[in-house]
Amino acid sequence: MPRIVVDVMPKPEILDPQGKAIVGALPRLGFTSFSSVRQGKRFELTVDGEVTEDILAQAREAAETLLSNPVIEDVINVEVVEA
Amino acid sequence: MTELPLIGEAVAVAAEPRLAGAKIGVVTFPGTLDDRDASRAVRLAGGTPVELWHGDSELGDVDAVILPGGFSYGDYLRAGAIARFAPLMSKIIDAANSDAKLPVLGICNGFQLLTESHLLPGSMIKNDHLKFICRDQVLRVENNSTYWTGDYAAGQEITVPLKNQDGQYIADEKTLDALESEGRVVFRYVGFNPNGSRRDIAGISNAAGNVVGLMPHPEHAVEVGFGPESLDGIGGSDTEGLGLFTSVLNKIVGAN
Repeated sequence: MPRIVVDVMPKPEILDPQGKAIVGALPRLGFTSFSSVRQGKRFELTVDGEVTEDILAQAREAAETLLSNPVIEDVINVEVVEA
Repeated sequence: MTELPLIGEAVAVAAEPRLAGAKIGVVTFPGTLDDRDASRAVRLAGGTPVELWHGDSELGDVDAVILPGGFSYGDYLRAGAIARFAPLMSKIIDAANSDAKLPVLGICNGFQLLTESHLLPGSMIKNDHLKFICRDQVLRVENNSTYWTGDYAAGQEITVPLKNQDGQYIADEKTLDALESEGRVVFRYVGFNPNGSRRDIAGISNAAGNVVGLMPHPEHAVEVGFGPESLDGIGGSDTEGLGLFTSVLNKIVGAN
């Protein structure tokens, strides 16, 4: 089954409270090389059969309308991954 | 020493009979929590609450709509993101934007829903301190000319409960400047910003003033003995949330 992967990230200008909490925890575990963390979302949309251009267009539209909120997030990647 | 009212016997206000004809729809989504409280607030304010189901395709003959608090669809994806596409929401969005200017109030999750629907600008993200917060919150009524705030004095401070996880209001500077200059900041946090919201914004309206969203819960401060307690004991600020509900009822029956 092929899957379409959609990656969504908070916009760069938006403070990411979750990422901030994570970057605070890293040094406590000995990971001292990371100066910042941003947390996003990855969606995997499974397609039964072939991924046509039309299905890919649908995925892009879903990414912009439901999977992300354009006020606070950017869709940074929509790609087909063969299982 | 004032005698405490008996729980269950105390009623916040003597509601005016002329308001009873005004019908306010309260929408229930999967995961909504505060629909009953919102309906009770409508009743205590003198109006008639009407239960609405998110899957309905028709709004019926309601005079206003409340989107209550809770965790619609478990706040999965983003708060309000899935509920925003409910069949009834498209009717509400159309009616709010129409010439009839259906009054719509979004409380907490309902406010998140209004931003996801783009009826109100900006968005809500996690509280800056990352914790769920529940407290009695002082608010200033910055604009008393909206459909939902006419019964308050401009600048009046009220205390109502606040309880949220994703309550940090954000928008870009241009949007924030526009909200300020157009008088669309309706409620502001006073003394303490509970979630990192930009410019201490607790609630905003659309340009016409019929759509208002706020993070705190006025429907939890409508009844003596059940609201925030003032320093004098029960009854001080217990009913300061009631004004939102009386305001819209008065607006509907043409008193404002």
